[in-house]
Amino acid sequence: MPEPSRPGSTVTNRTVRCLRVLAVLLLAGCSSSNDSRTLTFWTIGREGEAVVKLLPEFEREHPDIHVKVQQMPLSAAHQKLLTAFAGDSTPDLSQLGNTWLPEFVALRAIDPLQRRVDASTIVKPDDYFAHIWSTNLVDGELYGIPWYVDTRLLFYRRDLLKAAGFDTPPQDWAQWRQMLAALSHPDRGIYGILLPTNEYEQLMSLALQQPESMLRDGGRYGNFRSEGFKRALAFYVDTFHQRQAPAITAVEAGNPWEEFGRGVYAFYFSGPWNIGEFRQRLPADEGEWATAPLPGPDSAGVGAAGGSSLVVFRHSKHKDDAWALIEYLSRPDVQQRFYDLLGDMPARRSAWDGGSLRTDPKVQAFREQLEHVRATPSVPEWEQIVNEMQLVAAQAVAGELTVDQAAEEMDRRADRILEKRRWILDHPRAAKAAP
Amino acid sequence: MSPRMAKALVHGLLIGGALVAIFPLLWMLAVSFMRPGEAGSLPPPLWPAHPTWNNYEVLFLRAGVGHYLFNSFAIATAITVLSLAFNLMAGYAFAKLRFAGRERLFQLMLGMLVIPAQVAMMPLFLMLKYLHLVNSYAAVIMPAMATAFGVFLVRQYARGIPDELLEAARIDGASEWRIFARIVLPLLKPIMVTLAIFTFLTAWNDFMWPLIALTGQEHYTLPLGLASLAREHAQDSELMMAGSVVTVVPVLALFLAMQRYYIEGLLMGSVKG
Amino acid sequence: MNRQHAAWWFLTPALLVLGIFFLLPVIAALGLSLTDYDLYALADIRHLRFVALGNYWDLLHQRKFWSALGHTFYFVLVGVPLSIAVSLCAALLLNSPLVRFKTFFRTALFAPVVTTVVAVAVVWRYIFNTKYGWLNYVLGLVGIHPVDWLGDPHWAMPSIILFAVWKNFGYNMIIFLAGLQAIPRDLYEAARIDGASAWQQFRHITLPMLGPTLLMVAILTVSGYFQLFAEPYVMTEGGPLQSTTSVLYLMYNEGFKWWNFGSASAVAFLLFVIMFVVTALMLRIGRRGEAA
Repeated sequence: MPEPSRPGSTVTNRTVRCLRVLAVLLLAGCSSSNDSRTLTFWTIGREGEAVVKLLPEFEREHPDIHVKVQQMPLSAAHQKLLTAFAGDSTPDLSQLGNTWLPEFVALRAIDPLQRRVDASTIVKPDDYFAHIWSTNLVDGELYGIPWYVDTRLLFYRRDLLKAAGFDTPPQDWAQWRQMLAALSHPDRGIYGILLPTNEYEQLMSLALQQPESMLRDGGRYGNFRSEGFKRALAFYVDTFHQRQAPAITAVEAGNPWEEFGRGVYAFYFSGPWNIGEFRQRLPADEGEWATAPLPGPDSAGVGAAGGSSLVVFRHSKHKDDAWALIEYLSRPDVQQRFYDLLGDMPARRSAWDGGSLRTDPKVQAFREQLEHVRATPSVPEWEQIVNEMQLVAAQAVAGELTVDQAAEEMDRRADRILEKRRWILDHPRAAKAAP
Repeated sequence: MSPRMAKALVHGLLIGGALVAIFPLLWMLAVSFMRPGEAGSLPPPLWPAHPTWNNYEVLFLRAGVGHYLFNSFAIATAITVLSLAFNLMAGYAFAKLRFAGRERLFQLMLGMLVIPAQVAMMPLFLMLKYLHLVNSYAAVIMPAMATAFGVFLVRQYARGIPDELLEAARIDGASEWRIFARIVLPLLKPIMVTLAIFTFLTAWNDFMWPLIALTGQEHYTLPLGLASLAREHAQDSELMMAGSVVTVVPVLALFLAMQRYYIEGLLMGSVKG
Repeated sequence: MNRQHAAWWFLTPALLVLGIFFLLPVIAALGLSLTDYDLYALADIRHLRFVALGNYWDLLHQRKFWSALGHTFYFVLVGVPLSIAVSLCAALLLNSPLVRFKTFFRTALFAPVVTTVVAVAVVWRYIFNTKYGWLNYVLGLVGIHPVDWLGDPHWAMPSIILFAVWKNFGYNMIIFLAGLQAIPRDLYEAARIDGASAWQQFRHITLPMLGPTLLMVAILTVSGYFQLFAEPYVMTEGGPLQSTTSVLYLMYNEGFKWWNFGSASAVAFLLFVIMFVVTALMLRIGRRGEAA
């Protein structure tokens, strides 16, 4: 047994010192970013890298404001934003997928903006794509300013289509199916199209082309058993069952650009940011691929009114500064530079009339499609419902459920998710408490 | 089987096993020095053709990994120091000081060992929310400032301290604090070292609670930063491997340096328990 | 009297921490699981409803709960015996009197245990890669076709089990090693004189002597494996087709992705009850085995 001696006291002394250091650390942790003129701006995915390059000019124009940009990975963004709300650690302003907007409005997490728009000389509602603008309205009040627009459409290999005897991209589903059949050789690992089974946007776009909405009774119940949705789901599922698309997730698809370049897929169902990706990754093949609006069930179809808006959080202490940044990012010239940096499509029509956007042939399909877009149901639970929809759809793709069974299961899940919403809508006292 | 063959067989199996155990770690190190895209070729390369620090530069200069490293160190150190102090005090009290309700309290503590920590997570989050502590170092440090397991471990060890030693000091008029600091702590040194390594490793490697409690990148620990990078940069295997190296090397080094204490502690915690 | 006082001073910090940050939340979780606490309630507490056992009832009628439970049991039932078998083999090898460089081998075999799950899961994700991964490459050398380890719903869980065994076997190996070293040498001597083969020695001396250690290791491993989360989070995000979504993953999604704290708490309590029952059963069976 060692003899008790001095070391004991030095240990306690050291402990006390460590504790003091810790207390300082803890306090520093709690009260970070209270600097009076620092704006915290959250972005999703690669927008963050590009927007950083636009900020020096803003900070030059507003020398007293410093902008701190934080990037969220796309797959975690929705969750991170909700967590920030739940934990009272929301930023000053953020990029927000416009389909998520109703959710954050219902939570009263974001500020109404109509008053600011009325006073603004820069943000002019008439200049925005009307369908996209309206996705930022909840019960007639404006909560977000469209930053860039996004709709999914077709990237296609012009050379492959031509070699198979098709001179133009498909106009309707029947033609599309024909082309997919002609272009798929699953035994050689070649498929007509890539539809990652963990992404809901593709099926959702097809479903939005239908006359029936995906929810019924004012967003009280799921409406996935409607004829229209089942038609969309059947088309989607058939594409896999006829082996015109591989049943893989985006993670497994790995590097889709490379594979598209090698002709593994003739069609690629995706969004505008991929114009930039393709240009960068397949510089040699510029002439061989093109973009086309989505084919509809019977004629040229509508797309999903997607995109990101800029919102100001209710707990922000720098709302005026945040608005100044939104105005700056909404300027047509800044929007054009943003497009040049990243390929994100400006939300303002006037930004399309100048610079590289006006002449770029790849972009025209998007412009056309953007005039024909439809919004997703405006309920706070939408993100969860559409996630469940895709999980069930993936089961149908795997052959575990028929189309009818899948539609039924989707309705069951949607109805369960919407239960609380029904209760709130049907209870006036609670409804009054709701926004 | 001849003894010679038996010896060869045993060694062959051990070498094979050891290879399987450390191959992923060695390969991780090798790939971390490869150029972007180099690992994605066939046959999978074992060695970087042109070793480069580029991945580490990207991690520290662009991806902010230095910051995560600092956070990991700060959080793991704080947890280690605080929980060591609290666990030692409580474990000693349970072992050597007599007070009303000791046995029942100790039973209660043992009972807590059975409850999975995740049960507490939802209310804990709400509690921290109302304290405005979500997304702060404190949110991760405070719940870990004492553990039932640590108290238990210290108590088992402290029971070996002879009572006469403490009684003699009391007769000399030493205060309880003084006895703890001057007599007990030096005797508990071995368990202190063991517990410190254990706690540090656990805190460093912890994932689920920090993932929930730390919402902002500025507070991310290395595992969080890495998981987030892994979702964004899944294709950039070389970069991810470098991130893994940065995460694993500190704990691996700590383990190699303090192996003896770690393994002793492991046996103490389980065999005697 | 003074000593009583001192005892409480020594105890208070730890008890406060455990009480405030663990015991209290556990009790609160029970309460929470009886409500429908969700985002609406988070925004406005007037939207909170008491639903009694509604969450539990709901969960027990949902496929996703049962399938998550099924995946968890799959992981436990296959993973635990495999882990323990590998640990025991490694310990037996290390314990062989023939072995040289014992410390080196012990360290090498133990190294995966101290690594960070997230970091090595990232590494293994590449080892499992269908096209460029080492596993398929090595299998290809002996003529086995590439397997889509993490992308095929049938293979994803086995892959995660393989990873977990690699990561964890060293821990139990050390415990077994200590157990083996505690077995008196003369038992083996006597057996050898009686002409017992190596297998007979293992069966009739080693295993019975290791009995209590084995039981404890099994219980600790089972409760650890029930808490599967980080591995699928990093390697598969619960997919493909949710084939690696464990109960804890479900709790995380319910609670911290969709913010249904009520039902997430119910999931957590169900997991707790299941773990408790399984552990109690194992203890009872183990004790009976010992008595027999």
